[in-house]
Amino acid sequence: MNKTVNQKAWFLVLPVLLLVAFSAVIPLMTVVNYSVQDTFGNNQFFWAGLEWFEQMLASERMWDALWRQLTFSAIILAIEVPLGIFVALNMPKRGFWASFCLVLMSLPLLIPWNVVGTIWQIFGRVDIGLLGYTLDKLGISYNYTQDLLAAWVTVIVMDVWHWTSLVALLAYAGLQSIPDAYYQAAKIDQASRWAVFRYIELPKMAGVLMIAILLRFMDSFMIYTEPFVVTGGGPGNATTFLSIDLVKMALGQFDLGPAAAFSIMYFLVILLISWVFYTVMTNLDKRDGV
Amino acid sequence: MAKITLDNLAHSYSPNPSCEDDFALKELNHDWMDGEAYALLGASGCGKSTLLNIISGLLHPSQGRILFDDQDVTNAPTASRNIAQVFQFPVVYDTMTVRDNLAFPLRNRSASPDYIAGRVNQIARMIGLEDVLNRKARGLTADAKQKISLGRGMVREDVNALLFDEPLTVIDPHMKWELRTQLKSLHHEFGHTMIYVTHDQTEALTFADKVVVMYDGRVVQIGTPQELFERPAHTFVGYFIGSPGMNLFDAEIDGTTARIAGATVQLDGGYAPSGGKIQIGVRPEFVKLTTSETGVPASIKRIEDVGRHKIIRLDVAGHEVSAIAGEDDSISQDAQRITFDRGGINVYVDDWRIARKGEAA
Repeated sequence: MNKTVNQKAWFLVLPVLLLVAFSAVIPLMTVVNYSVQDTFGNNQFFWAGLEWFEQMLASERMWDALWRQLTFSAIILAIEVPLGIFVALNMPKRGFWASFCLVLMSLPLLIPWNVVGTIWQIFGRVDIGLLGYTLDKLGISYNYTQDLLAAWVTVIVMDVWHWTSLVALLAYAGLQSIPDAYYQAAKIDQASRWAVFRYIELPKMAGVLMIAILLRFMDSFMIYTEPFVVTGGGPGNATTFLSIDLVKMALGQFDLGPAAAFSIMYFLVILLISWVFYTVMTNLDKRDGV
Repeated sequence: MAKITLDNLAHSYSPNPSCEDDFALKELNHDWMDGEAYALLGASGCGKSTLLNIISGLLHPSQGRILFDDQDVTNAPTASRNIAQVFQFPVVYDTMTVRDNLAFPLRNRSASPDYIAGRVNQIARMIGLEDVLNRKARGLTADAKQKISLGRGMVREDVNALLFDEPLTVIDPHMKWELRTQLKSLHHEFGHTMIYVTHDQTEALTFADKVVVMYDGRVVQIGTPQELFERPAHTFVGYFIGSPGMNLFDAEIDGTTARIAGATVQLDGGYAPSGGKIQIGVRPEFVKLTTSETGVPASIKRIEDVGRHKIIRLDVAGHEVSAIAGEDDSISQDAQRITFDRGGINVYVDDWRIARKGEAA
């Protein structure tokens, strides 16, 4: 069969092309534009080449922020994924309480980021916050505005509170798709609770868990609003994550060139880690098939 | 291996069953003899799987007791009953190799590694999975997965009973036959008590020593394939077993004769039915077409040639009736009447068969 060649079909792609161009490519190009030039205002630009990139790669400040960021993402993944699975395993399977738990679990996900930040900012205050006040009265030194550890604990607990639900809901969906026969067969085979989890539940959840981990990684790696509202990046630079640092640089100091170079590297790091992660996970999957 | 006794057993899925219709499984007393192969046959939703799950302990009965070798196990959990059960759809542990899948029930019971290795190889040979023993179970076909399930069920030698819940549903027809034969030879070899749930009569009749027919939550007949064929105790058995099923005629009985559609039919003995709806049942194998003037008037609607024999579809007083004729029999278009083989007639009152006078019930 001969296919008719009709170049007019390209016009059908045009709307998408325009949309992507205006929503992604052109803004990104603006950033690229800033990253290779220097400006002193008045719309005057001077070619800077890779100078900003070199400067950023040599900048201790950026590396510090990057390590802080990686540490933060690693900690919250290490807490939220097992905790989410644990919650999902213990949620009722059906009936009124199942729906009730689902609604309850969804609630933190519905709260806007800056509201979450504000809630915890007040909650943790030693003078009026329930948490801060109680800890203080119990004799535990807790002050997230001055103590590095307290600041980190607050930011991490806040993220766990906000996002564990997402992991739990995804894991729950995975669990719900397991037919009863699997559990019955496990009983017949006299499998232990651990074996049921290891050989039935975990393999069936693997797919959704991968999505959960990827989502949580990307989101936590880009976190801005909540720590900014609670600690403002402090004490010192203790909770200044990449986004916070970037905003400080771009809008606080108006160093547009370095900030643009920073942005591009930031974007590439996320892309790289997500890609590596995804590839490793899908390869694990394939290896199992053989 | 054990004798399994069901004592006044009944089950309802509603918490407060008020009438008999609430029961998925109606009151039942039965002994599953040690070492026999039973088939549990019935239409979908008649309570077969419910009964099976109660025996294996996955379900707790609403009333009655289950005994293994006269020991009450009604409240014993599945694990301690030492039962093997194979489900309708393959249940395999995806991330394990085929070998680990087969070894799993033994490892959970802490058998010695040497014994496990030997036993797994033996089972793998039996179900024909030796070549894939080291592969992950995930990538295998549905056939192979179900074989793994069967293998996991058979791997323990000391099980009290092997329960099969329509295990061959997902298997290709030619494999079905092969696996069924293997199961049967396995039964001969090891003598496990086996209960095989199916809605396929061929499967039931070829597999089992005794077939238990269930209808609407009730066991309507337990017997050898031959008994089910010749003396169906309930019209459902007559209808469900045989292809096509038994013909039923509304009749009036007077001693040794019955009147059907205005014609008189001689019975093989005297019957004294009391009350209820009286019917006589005749299998198509015992219906003969005739050109003579005696017999029940019938008109031929169509003839189906199924290869081994011909099925003649007839109309008797508005009801469809089937008769089976040999492949080489010529069928006269003038035939206006049918006669019955006297020994193949059964009499039913309200769907239950009644014995003729002098017959041992």
